Amino acid sequence: MLRFILRRLLQMVLAFFGTTLIVYALMFAGQGDPIQALAGERPVTAAQRAYLTEKYHLDATGVGGFFYRYVNYLGGLLRGDLGQSLTGRQIGDILAAAWPVTVKLALIAMAVTVLFGVTAGVIAAIRRSGVFDHATLVLTLLVLGIPTIVLAPLAQYFLGVRWPIFPPTAGAQPSFRALLLPGIVLGSLSLATALRLTRTSVTENLRADYVRTARSKGLMRRRIVGVHVLRNSLIPVVTFLGVELGNLMSGAIITEGVFNIPGVGFNLFRGIRTEDGPLVVGIVSVLVVVYLLANLVVDVLYAVLDPRIRYE
Amino acid sequence: MRVRRLAAWAALPLAVTLGLTACGSGSGGGGASDPDAAVRIEIAEPQHLVPTNTNETSGSQVLSALFSPLVDYDEANKPHEVAAESVTSSDNRVWTIKLKPGYTFHNGEQVTADNYLDAWNYGAYAPNGQNSSYFFEKIAGYDDLQGEKPKAETLSGLTKVDDLTFTVTLTEPYVDFKAMLGYTAFYPLPKAAFSAPGVLAEGYEQAPVGQGPFRMKGDWQHDAKVEVERYDAFPGQQPKVGGVEFRIYQQPTAAYADVLADNLDVIKTIPTENLSTAATDLGDRFQQSPASSLQVLAFPTFQEEFSKPEVRKAISMAIDRDEITKSIFKDSQQPARSFVSPVVAGYRENTIGAAGAFDPVKARSMYEAAGGPKTIELSYNGDGGHKDWIDATCNQLKANLGVECVGNAEPKFADLLTKLKQKQSVGLFRMGWVMDYPSMENYLGPLYSSTGSSNYYGYANPEFDKLLAEGARAASEDEAITKYQAAEDLLAEDLPVIPLRYGQNNFGHSTKVTNVHVDLFDRVDLLKIELA
Repeated sequence: MLRFILRRLLQMVLAFFGTTLIVYALMFAGQGDPIQALAGERPVTAAQRAYLTEKYHLDATGVGGFFYRYVNYLGGLLRGDLGQSLTGRQIGDILAAAWPVTVKLALIAMAVTVLFGVTAGVIAAIRRSGVFDHATLVLTLLVLGIPTIVLAPLAQYFLGVRWPIFPPTAGAQPSFRALLLPGIVLGSLSLATALRLTRTSVTENLRADYVRTARSKGLMRRRIVGVHVLRNSLIPVVTFLGVELGNLMSGAIITEGVFNIPGVGFNLFRGIRTEDGPLVVGIVSVLVVVYLLANLVVDVLYAVLDPRIRYE
Repeated sequence: MRVRRLAAWAALPLAVTLGLTACGSGSGGGGASDPDAAVRIEIAEPQHLVPTNTNETSGSQVLSALFSPLVDYDEANKPHEVAAESVTSSDNRVWTIKLKPGYTFHNGEQVTADNYLDAWNYGAYAPNGQNSSYFFEKIAGYDDLQGEKPKAETLSGLTKVDDLTFTVTLTEPYVDFKAMLGYTAFYPLPKAAFSAPGVLAEGYEQAPVGQGPFRMKGDWQHDAKVEVERYDAFPGQQPKVGGVEFRIYQQPTAAYADVLADNLDVIKTIPTENLSTAATDLGDRFQQSPASSLQVLAFPTFQEEFSKPEVRKAISMAIDRDEITKSIFKDSQQPARSFVSPVVAGYRENTIGAAGAFDPVKARSMYEAAGGPKTIELSYNGDGGHKDWIDATCNQLKANLGVECVGNAEPKFADLLTKLKQKQSVGLFRMGWVMDYPSMENYLGPLYSSTGSSNYYGYANPEFDKLLAEGARAASEDEAITKYQAAEDLLAEDLPVIPLRYGQNNFGHSTKVTNVHVDLFDRVDLLKIELA
């Protein structure tokens, strides 16, 4: 097991550099005129253009220019310096401010998904074809059918403005309550998927031989469902949740925008909009690490859930 | 039975969650009767908070709290002295600026002429890469501060007379120089802002020290807020609120929701999608005031098919401005038929004359006689919410001129400019202009003079350039306006762009504040705003 984790960690280093190279290349290739993009529609003076060009080596173009800038970036990265954004802020500072709030938001969304999704999925499976099962089916289809870009403003309007249960926006240092609504909105999509996955998986396992054996042994139903079935049913759910954790952190662009949360998603959006290469590469590189770690945790959890799975 | 117990386990977290949400209520804003309470105003993340480096509205809104300008503009948009005792000149070339005594910076330093000279020299010096350096280009010696290795470090046109007086010598007489001085770039900087002569201290931007009615309360909290509090030693007009919290929003829709819930006091620009409901949502707390912006459709006059003025006029006549402003913009903007905004002195209505009247029949015959192109492309930046009116304009051109018309969205305005600079074919393209200071020259010079910084359409008319230069050198403001108006008439003949709409500030406020005014520069007037 330990060797397995070590090997994966080593692979992660390679994957990390690979992605920075790819993302850096993409940003480099797609770059138009970042100086004008920063200024919007205002004219840029020659002095300002010369200043920024020199500061960010924007005149290094072509393949040679790319490697010059990439090696420069990597050199800084190895010294722990993520570089400066085009407005002169340290990207390290931007990320340090953005990550905590995004992580909080993702954890709330995750908690919502696990608490409601998995529990409701189990209940729906046990009472298959009952009222609860049908009701959740309709509800999940509804939630899956509404994109976040609609759901988030609707939730904000009805639960924040019309009936002020929650504050309409969260801001940079939000309270738990302010983050709850965006968390629920963010988690609702994965909640629906987790619910359907759990339901299918539990239904299947309820028909398995070992359940019949356990029942004929006279085991209590609660123990059968709670321990034997649930544990065996969770493998697909855990796989899904592991990938979802990464999605929740990077995919919160819309939710973070609607609820005014200056997290990772928003900064990524801003970086892409203003062609801020170093900012985008910095954020994506950290996101890649999050994805890789989440997948590692999932793999380890497999072995915990199913003793037949072993890693050498 | 067992199943029911499981259901109970599922219900528990739900109950806990609901319970928690119920507990957290009761954290309202500042008390309404407290005169020292702060108001909360929406801004976007400023790019910079150094006067000579700030040229967007969010940054200049914050700086307007921290600094007091030399001059400000009255109801008729004429400049009057604020931090200056007098701004005078006998020949419009050498200007004498006398400062009012008694002004201090927030760190206790007396404001002297040196503070202005230091700040302006810093702003003009090219290696400092300041965004607003071009504001100093009219001052003598500016050219010596340009390039990678400038010849000089200070502007030769700036001379200190005594502690409260200095003179500014321009390279050429400029009648509107006093009006320029109201802009953000002309604020002074304290000695404490510099770590060495000409070197801005690290971190000054995080907590700028100014001489205005408010001082910083803590540092600039990026992406979150900037807080300022009343500076009691300010000798000028005192504000009626104890402080301002500039809250940073990424999306105006989020700010709008906060205003509806009384969670934010002022939103300066109500997003277009909320405009149709704003009047019912906010009632008389939804307000409008004139703004300086002008939206146009520009012609690449360097292209053969758009080189004839008749073609350009025919296209202008085929567009029903009134209909588009009403149905698409819900009257949040006003139809435009002149090249300068109504907010500046010298504005005349309908200077483009017949070309501004909607006349589809005449437009079509004129267009066909002049041999206009069969296909018209309208280019715009896709990130600015322009699609609706571009499509509507296209439909009008299709119907009224019998041509093919397609809207072409470039991701960003920068991409559009890149193509234009390479003289690639983009068809007609949209442009907007916001003035830097209230003068006709600021609308005509940068946009249409042959060396103008934003003249992307290749328009060059020596006669126009001459009139503009004469206007700038004129002895009096009235004489200057006559020249500028003659120049504008030339534009009306050539029509290098089609004026479409004037902007308006569409702002709203919460029930907690009153007397909210948004000025021509899209800034909330912080001296007027009051708590309800």
